[in-house]
Amino acid sequence: MIELENVGYSYGGGELLSDVSIQLVPGSFHFLTGPSGSGKTTLLKLCYGALLATTGQVRVFDQDMRSLDRDQMALLRRRIGVVHQDCRFLDHLPLADNIALPLTVSGHDTAKEGSDLQELMQWVDLSSRADALPPELSGGERQRAALARAVIMSPDVILADEPTGNVDWEMSQRLLQLLVELNRMGKTVLIATHDLALIRAAKSQVQVRVLRISNQRLQLAGADL
Amino acid sequence: MSRGPIRTALLGDPQAARVVPPSGFTAHLTLFVSGAMAFLAVFALALSLASGRLADRWAEELARSATLRINAPPDQRAAQTEAALKILRQTPGVARARALSREEQAALLAPWFGADLQLDDLPVPQLIEVIDGEPGYDAAGLRLRLSAEVPGAVLDDHTRWRRPLVDAAHSLRRLGWAAILLIGGATAAMITLAANAALAANAQVIGVLRLVGAQDRYIAQAFVRRFTLRALFGAVVGVAFGLAGVILLPEATDEGGFLTGLGFQGIGWLLPALIPLLGALVAFVATWAAARRALKELT
Repeated sequence: MIELENVGYSYGGGELLSDVSIQLVPGSFHFLTGPSGSGKTTLLKLCYGALLATTGQVRVFDQDMRSLDRDQMALLRRRIGVVHQDCRFLDHLPLADNIALPLTVSGHDTAKEGSDLQELMQWVDLSSRADALPPELSGGERQRAALARAVIMSPDVILADEPTGNVDWEMSQRLLQLLVELNRMGKTVLIATHDLALIRAAKSQVQVRVLRISNQRLQLAGADL
Repeated sequence: MSRGPIRTALLGDPQAARVVPPSGFTAHLTLFVSGAMAFLAVFALALSLASGRLADRWAEELARSATLRINAPPDQRAAQTEAALKILRQTPGVARARALSREEQAALLAPWFGADLQLDDLPVPQLIEVIDGEPGYDAAGLRLRLSAEVPGAVLDDHTRWRRPLVDAAHSLRRLGWAAILLIGGATAAMITLAANAALAANAQVIGVLRLVGAQDRYIAQAFVRRFTLRALFGAVVGVAFGLAGVILLPEATDEGGFLTGLGFQGIGWLLPALIPLLGALVAFVATWAAARRALKELT
């Protein structure tokens, strides 16, 4: 599904990632951990084409990312749900429209799919906030809304960058629960986090692989996590 | 209701326009530029059409008439005039020829010598007005015959001074069209600047749209639709004011000459209606090109 083979990424003369190889098989649940600035976000960006590898090859859905043109890249991103740490909403649109944005840009009739949208907003417990503008939302609400937006197109893969970075423990457990539910529905999940408690909590619910970036390289984390 | 493919191609998805936040000064700038340029385009068009009409009229009127001068001693003038008229009546292509009366000749000279001019005191040649038929006469052949039979006759078919006048009118018409082209170019440049500013101001929005799978075409449509409609609206207002200005100009009169004939006639009044459409087309192309270029650089 997503495969990185001897991938390296350099920026501004420095090497952020070196010789990274991983394979995310369908239905798997991965955590990506490491200290701040270690390259977790960069690795996620390589997976959805926001960055292109300097060396090596990134293949997503059997397509070499380097060979895709801009339109093909856009179509590929519709199959990948991305949750950013800062959520990245359009502040002038109500929450419901923000969550439905992937449907809107892909030409779906959002009016027809209104019931799916309502169901999704109930799932993330945001039904009552449908008309709120993003700046009016709390951190937890923003993260849940970002997750809802990431899954509204029913993507095959969900990439989340520090999804619990700005929320309290209770909310992080709620978000984890949602991600675990998605994984049980067959979605592949990759979460970048340095929240070890979150990883431990996930381990008790689902089979996870924990990867760690250290010294620009990726390695399987030990059983101590 | 399904939307036609042409309308979709031109104006895009109305939902696409919503995803871009309303922009402030670029909206006003586009409206103002479009309106002002349309206003100027109306006058440039009026100038061009009036010049064209003038050129055609001068060319037609002057081409259909000629003057024959009889420069002969007073005692031979009447005989040579009669001989010239006889030749003209026999010349194929001459519809009519008549000698101007002394009063008519005095009237022609009155602007320079006053109304009480006594022609007998001046060595003024006799003038004969020649009106062309269809087709016209052979000027070279007529000159040859006149030189043999009426030695004092000089044929002036007005070509010498008609051509610069007609050329000037044609130049004025070309100037009008050039002005319209320049107005179109300036509109395109201003709208490109405004579109670039709007695109740069919305870089984050574009980033989010790309993140959720929006193709460049979709994002560009959001801007193209907005700028095209603004340009169209601004141009409609500009044309309305321009037409009002043209209507308020004095009507064409012989005394007023060229300046009072600056306006539209007949079906020409419909031509300004094309200006908003052309303005919208210019905005569409300019914004589309700017958006495609900017999107490649932004993401």
